[in-house]
Amino acid sequence: MVDAGELVAIIGPNGAGKTTLLSILAGIAAADGGSVELGGGAVGWVPQQAALYRRLTVEENLLLFARLEKHEDPRRSAEEMLELCGLGERRGEIVARLSGGNQQRINIAIGLLSRPAVLLLDEPSVGLDPRQRARLWEFVSGLAGGGTTVIFSTHDIQEAERYGQRLLVLADGEALFDGSAAALREVVRSEAPEAADRDFETAFVAYLQHRGH
Amino acid sequence: MRWLLLKDLQILRRSPLQAVLLIAWPLLIAVLVGFAISRDPEKPRIAFLNEVPADTRINVGNSGAQLPATGVSDRICARVECVAVEDRAEAVDKVESGDVLAALILPADLVNKINSLSTLTPGVPRVEILVNQEDPVKAQLVDERISSLLAQANLAIARRIASEGGRYLDLLIDGGQFRVAGIAVQILGLRATAQILTALEPALPRGALRNSLREVTDFATQARDNLDVAGPLLSRVAQPIAVKKEVVSGSSPPLEIFAIAVSATLTLAFVTVLLVAGSLALEREENAFSRLTRGLVSPFALLGEKVLLGMSVGFAVTLLMLAGMQLFVPLDWGRFGLWLLAILASSAALAAAGAALGALAREVRAVSLLAFMVTLPIAFLSLIPSGAVGGAVYGVVEVLTAVFPFKPALRAITAALDSAGAGIGGPLLHLAILIAAYGLLARLALRRFATV
Repeated sequence: MVDAGELVAIIGPNGAGKTTLLSILAGIAAADGGSVELGGGAVGWVPQQAALYRRLTVEENLLLFARLEKHEDPRRSAEEMLELCGLGERRGEIVARLSGGNQQRINIAIGLLSRPAVLLLDEPSVGLDPRQRARLWEFVSGLAGGGTTVIFSTHDIQEAERYGQRLLVLADGEALFDGSAAALREVVRSEAPEAADRDFETAFVAYLQHRGH
Repeated sequence: MRWLLLKDLQILRRSPLQAVLLIAWPLLIAVLVGFAISRDPEKPRIAFLNEVPADTRINVGNSGAQLPATGVSDRICARVECVAVEDRAEAVDKVESGDVLAALILPADLVNKINSLSTLTPGVPRVEILVNQEDPVKAQLVDERISSLLAQANLAIARRIASEGGRYLDLLIDGGQFRVAGIAVQILGLRATAQILTALEPALPRGALRNSLREVTDFATQARDNLDVAGPLLSRVAQPIAVKKEVVSGSSPPLEIFAIAVSATLTLAFVTVLLVAGSLALEREENAFSRLTRGLVSPFALLGEKVLLGMSVGFAVTLLMLAGMQLFVPLDWGRFGLWLLAILASSAALAAAGAALGALAREVRAVSLLAFMVTLPIAFLSLIPSGAVGGAVYGVVEVLTAVFPFKPALRAITAALDSAGAGIGGPLLHLAILIAAYGLLARLALRRFATV
């Protein structure tokens, strides 16, 4: 159960099933078992690698997907997204010439065109420099603040601690933990006290090691 | 679908090299093929040494009939590009250096040897040919041209000799005047001989002498009758076999129409297959496929859009090429409806094949390579005529070319261009089957696309 406007981080080692879980939530992959229930509204999906046309301009990309989403006024929707991702002044630029961070912002903006109640982000900050990452999370936090539920996967444990209001730890396709970063640290304190007060990544690694991962 | 089509055209426009190639390629092909089919083939460059004295004439028999030896040079140089040389050494130099493909030398005694053919001691007239075998294709071209020239020369002389032989026979049968060393000699002839002998017979007393005279009369009559038959036979000696060509199967289009059809199909095939395959693979490479097929566009609609893209661009490019061809070869624009049908059906089948390749290969670079590797050999195989290879090999070629749309597309476009050619129905049906088959294959292959 995820609440509206909640920011959920899915973390875990390689092969844990983070992308698979997001794909199942997005309806791209079928689940072996269990079910997904949506409270209502659309699910926006933002794949790990920017899913957009690099030879089109920023505006052309947004306009294309707004048209494919069958928006009544695609130009207006594209304008809204340009404003939201802060790339209004670069609307005419070919996407391939933009930085990875800006491409990711457009990637997310396209995911938002369906006006989703839930936004799924698969490792959104991969390949971004610290400044770009900060901008991205400012943007995503703003979305959550506006009531959009955001579920994202990441390899960056510090990022998960900083921006995830709730953490879901996966390993080998199994959910090991569901709760806040502080709650996870408390679990580590009881299992591996020597790691509990160190940085969150060290604590997280100790948590996994304690469970044989 | 229209927004995706617009997007693909925008992407196409953004790649200036690709856009220029799409326009330049058909125009280049049109110009090259247009020049090739509207101009005479290049004449092979041959060194020519004529050592025969200019005033020499070829005598045919003793009647005084002559062939001018100088005309031979003109005839030869009309068929090849003659490079005059002074002597044999210069001819050898030019052949060795590659300046000419071959040298043709007419020796000084050539005419005397030809003239000796009508004497009791006939010689063997010979011409000398020096060839450079460095390039087998050019060497074959030279061999064929010179062999053809010599065959024509031999035929001309043989006809004149046969004609003179016929005149001698007529003289022998019917009699007349015959000149020997400028003196006219009257020949009686077998017909008149038999008549005189027949008239003399009653004047002789019955007996051995009269019987002998009758035998001589009979001989003269039989000889005349037999030689009457020999005359037509002699006239056929120069060219004993006449050719009667009758087409019993197939209808071959004019060469220029076939060349235009091949160029158009080749252009259509490369543009359509590469564009569709590349465009579909790009959807995956840009990671857009999963996003698109997550409720925005169905896989079938996406395939349909790619096929439509291939058909639109392929049609425009092929039409551009045909319009370019019009500058060189007049085309029957009255058949435009059939052109349209053939090009659209061909481009749809080629686009469906491109979609299947694009879905199977998934990456743009891999798909481009695959499209070339499939299209080029199939195009070559499709141009192999029956009988050019063994029956079993041709059977394999037929199967291979039947499963790819190039050959039926070529047949459809040829039928559309050639008013006297075969019907277009068969190729269109073949293309329709391939559209369905490749469409299905592409749809199945797209399932792999969706894997994350």
